[in-house]
Amino acid sequence: MSATTTTGQSKPPLGFRVRRWIGDNALRFYAAIAFFYLLLPVAYTFAFSFNNAGRTNLVWNSFTWDNWLNPCGAPQVCPSVVNSIIVALIVTVASTILGTLIAFSLVRYRFRGRASTNLLIFLPMATPEVVLGSSLLALFLNIFVPLGFGTVVIAHIMFCISFVVVTVKARLASLDPRLEQAAMDLYATEREAFRRITLPLVAPGIAAAGLLAFSLSFDDFIITNFNSGQFTTFPKFVYVSATRGIPAQANVIASAMFFIALAIVLISQLTGRRRRVV
Amino acid sequence: MSVAAAIGDTLNEEHKPEDHQRRGKFVPYLLMAPGMLWLAIFFVVPIASLFLTSLQTPVAGGQVGEFEQTFHFANYIDTLTDSTYYIPLIRSFVYSGVATVLALVIGYPLAYAIAFKSGKNRNLLLVMVIAPFFVSFILRTIAWRQILADEGPVVGVLRAIGLVSPTGGVYPSAAAVVLGLTYNFLPFMTLPIYASLERVDPRLIEASGDLYAHPFTGFRKVTFPLSMPGVVAGTLLTFIPAAGDYVNAALLGRPSNTMIGNRIEYTFLSVNDYPTAAVLSFILMACILAMVLVYVRRVGTEDLV
Repeated sequence: MSATTTTGQSKPPLGFRVRRWIGDNALRFYAAIAFFYLLLPVAYTFAFSFNNAGRTNLVWNSFTWDNWLNPCGAPQVCPSVVNSIIVALIVTVASTILGTLIAFSLVRYRFRGRASTNLLIFLPMATPEVVLGSSLLALFLNIFVPLGFGTVVIAHIMFCISFVVVTVKARLASLDPRLEQAAMDLYATEREAFRRITLPLVAPGIAAAGLLAFSLSFDDFIITNFNSGQFTTFPKFVYVSATRGIPAQANVIASAMFFIALAIVLISQLTGRRRRVV
Repeated sequence: MSVAAAIGDTLNEEHKPEDHQRRGKFVPYLLMAPGMLWLAIFFVVPIASLFLTSLQTPVAGGQVGEFEQTFHFANYIDTLTDSTYYIPLIRSFVYSGVATVLALVIGYPLAYAIAFKSGKNRNLLLVMVIAPFFVSFILRTIAWRQILADEGPVVGVLRAIGLVSPTGGVYPSAAAVVLGLTYNFLPFMTLPIYASLERVDPRLIEASGDLYAHPFTGFRKVTFPLSMPGVVAGTLLTFIPAAGDYVNAALLGRPSNTMIGNRIEYTFLSVNDYPTAAVLSFILMACILAMVLVYVRRVGTEDLV
């Protein structure tokens, strides 16, 4: 009795192992297909940045380096990218500061109105972008604010704040509060403990939130389209030129952004791992 | 890294006071005042403004785009009974509903594979899930146009195996729109599910095996229920933006595939009929809120919202 149990434990029946192997690898196969689905359009975007496209970049013509050597060759591409970068930088700084402050007050303090604060943070993320965009446009129209750069920045900061709050909050909540207490037991003042213990530990969360805000702002189309007037950002430029034909230079810019972002994420992953080891 | 996971956490936040939290009188309010004011002025006030706009009527003898505040509630009835508006509204929910189910079917096994079968490559695979976000989503949607075009690879295969008639195509069509929606929001489905699967204690799954549960039974009775918060967060994060999206319908669909977002954009920005567009936005928001509430009740995770 006991002997059969031990052999049963060390070596499960063959049929079970076969089924388990199929199960495991079916899952891997399925995941591979899912990744293929996720990354195929990225590959297309990259491949078509090398297309010797005429007016439209929808059909493959022939290989060329020209688009990469001359990324500003098509009209309007570079000005719209510059606009997007300026907006995204302002939005990143503003929303990261505003959102981080909210995250600190939510995690560190008990106060009246916490639940409604949480709700107000959550609602913009649960509202479709058309509603956010059209409601802001309704406000700007009702009080006669001219649309343009300023209204785009205002709108982007609004929807980025919530994402910054949840990102920083997650990091703050995972911190061990005893670290700060230990610092204060060692005669650090509250301010010193914050500056030398808490802030460095939260910094990766704040950095992640900033990167997120940058990419959300840079890639936003729907809200921008409602509130930009004549001001053109990169996604808006791409969308508007979709009917006439998108220049291959847009694919060059998008591919370059992809590799820059990928590099930032991979480097932060690698340095993060090293820090954990030391 | 996984924002969607963090949003899931916000949804599931337990309101237990923690001992390291300080009781503040003014400090917390001071800290959050600037950000919350921003949200109040540029989120709450606009929603109120949108509501007021939805009750306006054209100025008699005025120009296009000139409206006055008349609290004309009949705007809602006029819009809701107009088939050019309610049909795209229903279509939006059908498309986004199908896209949400598809994203769950694709995203759950993907999240499961990353959480339990990825070993050392876990972080790399997570980066691969969010990597599409690094390319402008409009360009990715346009890439689907190329992939699904009549001379592209997909249609060739579908024609060869007879799923599509020799002269038929995939783009533009309702299927292409749903595929685009599924594609665009798949990471929002995958990440929260991954986050809750990652937290499942593997000993619980082992325990179910020790108690002679078939692996599938163990999954059904232990793993899946424990991943429910992620499933709920993921479906909401997919369904809500998909229902309001108009980029996919505009780039991958025919005029007969327009969704409510396309209608809102067109009515607001091209026709300049602000009251009707505001009514549509409000109805969309109300429908989504109602569906979310029913869904969250039905799914029965009482620690939600």
